[in-house]
Amino acid sequence: MAPRLGVVIFPGTNCEHDAVLAARRLGASADLVWHGDRTVAGYDALILPGGFAHGDYLRPGAIARFSPVMEAVGRFAADGGPVVGICNGFQVLTEAGLLPGALQKNRGLRFLCTTVEVRVDSSDSVLTREVPVGTELRIPINHFEGNYICDADTLAELRGENRVVLRYVDNPNGSIDDIAGICNHGRNVVGLMPHPERASDPLLGSVDGSVLLRALLASAGAPTGPPVLGAVPVGA
Amino acid sequence: MASSEHFSVLVEVRPREGIADPEGATIERALPALGLNGVSGMRAGKAFRFDIAATDDAEALARATVVAERVLANPVIEESTVTVMPGGASGTSGTPGGRG
Repeated sequence: MAPRLGVVIFPGTNCEHDAVLAARRLGASADLVWHGDRTVAGYDALILPGGFAHGDYLRPGAIARFSPVMEAVGRFAADGGPVVGICNGFQVLTEAGLLPGALQKNRGLRFLCTTVEVRVDSSDSVLTREVPVGTELRIPINHFEGNYICDADTLAELRGENRVVLRYVDNPNGSIDDIAGICNHGRNVVGLMPHPERASDPLLGSVDGSVLLRALLASAGAPTGPPVLGAVPVGA
Repeated sequence: MASSEHFSVLVEVRPREGIADPEGATIERALPALGLNGVSGMRAGKAFRFDIAATDDAEALARATVVAERVLANPVIEESTVTVMPGGASGTSGTPGGRG
């Protein structure tokens, strides 16, 4: 059976239809989940898409974390369910404490809207599971607050546990350690600034994002329960 | 039961020490163009004013600090200072530090 993807929409989210369309074209069933819903029952995976949830008031993601749906998202993640936050969704996940660190204003204070190259640095996450380490992908970014920051202990932990899943080849925003995407300890929650759903058709200039979305859907189709924690084969 | 009073609160949020503040740095670099030299250590932040009901100023400070640290500031990158003054209507109260 095709995996069921829930795409969470907050007031001000604006990438939800792109995510739904990209997932459907990969064979998934995908539907929108309203931020006021208190359950995400029936979904095999969740995406928190990009946009400006609650107008980015206070800080990006700061108000969204209080939306009723976030408690359900937290329980889904705690049960090992795959959750991916893209751009603003990444910011929401850090504000909600589902991922460590924070996204601050880009170095240079510029809003960035361009296509960048990112390198897969860990195949051990729900978004990169079948993607060999070293794979370079061309994927658009579209953000003002994408400059990832965390304290030294957190960075050491992310590196030590191989939880930096994507790095920029040419760092566009000042992110610490060139980080473009990370996962949680359970490897089932991933946040990334690039927009894989915007690189899902030749017409968009790249289909590289489909590599990641396909991995997510494959993870969603896996047996439920905590994801398998395995070492990444060297040179895979 | 103790009666509750209103206190006005000022919360200032700014980037933590050691966290880059490109906004503050940009403002600082612009000042010499106006002939305003000698300004250093510029940090850009946000100020929040609100009223809070509490039985005394200690309780007001404790509750306002929770608001500041759990909502208004992101402790990963920001720090905050909380000032509590007696009387409500924070929008018309004094402006410590001349901000406002």
